[in-house]
Amino acid sequence: MIEFLMPSLGADMEDGTLIEWRKKPGDSVKRGDIIAEVDTQKGLIEIEVFEEGTLAELLIKEGTKVPVGTVMALINPSEIVLETKKEEPIPLQPIEEKKVPEITEKISEQIHLKASPLARRIASENNIDLTLIKGTGEEGAITKEDVELAISQQLEPQKSIGIEIPVQKKINTSVETIRAAVAAAMSKSNQEIPHYYLEKKIDMTLATAWLLEANKKRVVKDRLLPAVLLIKAVAKSLKDFPDLNAVWENGLQPKKDINIGFVVSLRNGGIIVPALHQANAKTVDEIMTALNDIIPRARALKLRSSELSDSTITITNIGQDGVDTVYGVIYPPQVAIIGFGSVSEEAFAANGMLGIRSVLNVTLAGDHRATDGLTGSRFLVTLDKNLQNPESL
Amino acid sequence: MTEDEIKTIIFQLLKRIAPETEPSVLKPDEKFREILGIDSFDALQFIVALNEKLGIEIPEEDYGKITTIKTLVAYILNKKK
Repeated sequence: MIEFLMPSLGADMEDGTLIEWRKKPGDSVKRGDIIAEVDTQKGLIEIEVFEEGTLAELLIKEGTKVPVGTVMALINPSEIVLETKKEEPIPLQPIEEKKVPEITEKISEQIHLKASPLARRIASENNIDLTLIKGTGEEGAITKEDVELAISQQLEPQKSIGIEIPVQKKINTSVETIRAAVAAAMSKSNQEIPHYYLEKKIDMTLATAWLLEANKKRVVKDRLLPAVLLIKAVAKSLKDFPDLNAVWENGLQPKKDINIGFVVSLRNGGIIVPALHQANAKTVDEIMTALNDIIPRARALKLRSSELSDSTITITNIGQDGVDTVYGVIYPPQVAIIGFGSVSEEAFAANGMLGIRSVLNVTLAGDHRATDGLTGSRFLVTLDKNLQNPESL
Repeated sequence: MTEDEIKTIIFQLLKRIAPETEPSVLKPDEKFREILGIDSFDALQFIVALNEKLGIEIPEEDYGKITTIKTLVAYILNKKK
């Protein structure tokens, strides 16, 4: 029997709340199937299963908050379907709410307990203030039906909800929880990872011109963003530097797949880093398609578990009209982060000639436990070479 | 198509791309990407949405001409002539 565990979706995740089982006992499951929806600091995440078999038993009740690593379900790997128990699933001991130490977290927890993520989403889409709706769910939680009722009847929402939330604290829960997740991951990084930093100035004139020409030949919806070239060039360069495409867990563990974590800024603050799987095997068009799919879902906090947990390296890209240089903080357990500043026009000397060129400052922050500066330096030189041949990316 | 109709469409499309923002409060001369926090990805989605909704194709070299609501409306009016 295979145990299906609450997955860790990043170094900062301690627990998650099971919102919905998407499979029931007796259902067959295969690698990549969505088995459940779990509410985390990074939104409502679709949890994938990585085993093949038949779902034998669900051990956790919907609505239960459980720590990472908790056995949530049992999967029978053979073709023989075990007789499923008819009794109610036994919920594991939920985490003690007392453990939440800080005031801000308590507030988000209160809001969290009072409304399901689905209810929150519908409310947000319809500009409904959740704090003014009386919940009819378990422990007074606001359900999807409560929100729909408020919308359909255009109710004057009732103010007697039981908890008093001061006006200034009615902030978006996800902003707070995302901030807490970023804080946890970055603090861990700075405490544990001895970073070294390298920087290289890369002439982007050829790459920029290539992109302009390529986009002229495309209809609007197929246009490429400069970020696509950067992602592809990083993925291609990493093939020769396996020690940078790795995690540090009881020592260095290089990863076979090159899954690029791409930093997406959330408009209300905070960042989220979804993974672009096997970016080296994708064409630039496929990377653009993947970005078109993943960025809106990242912003809506609707990602799959593998997209949050599979990154093997991170890229942070400041984009147009920002600062010249960005020095990243490594996302543990990864061992490197590459930072791209804004492309700017500069007087640039190359091959004995001085000219005005489009220049990009690229940085690498590396984990000194995993690699040395020489490896990082060679990587940035390779990246430069690849960006000078955009047509072969 | 009138200037007001174009403005309404622009605000609708911006709102769809950046739902957390309120595009209708933009002043005509404000750079909307800066004010609304529209990054390169969102900006491209906006150009695609304008293309789908109004049938106009905005080449990349014209991006610099449409940074405010005022210049964008004028640009669209000119293209629609």
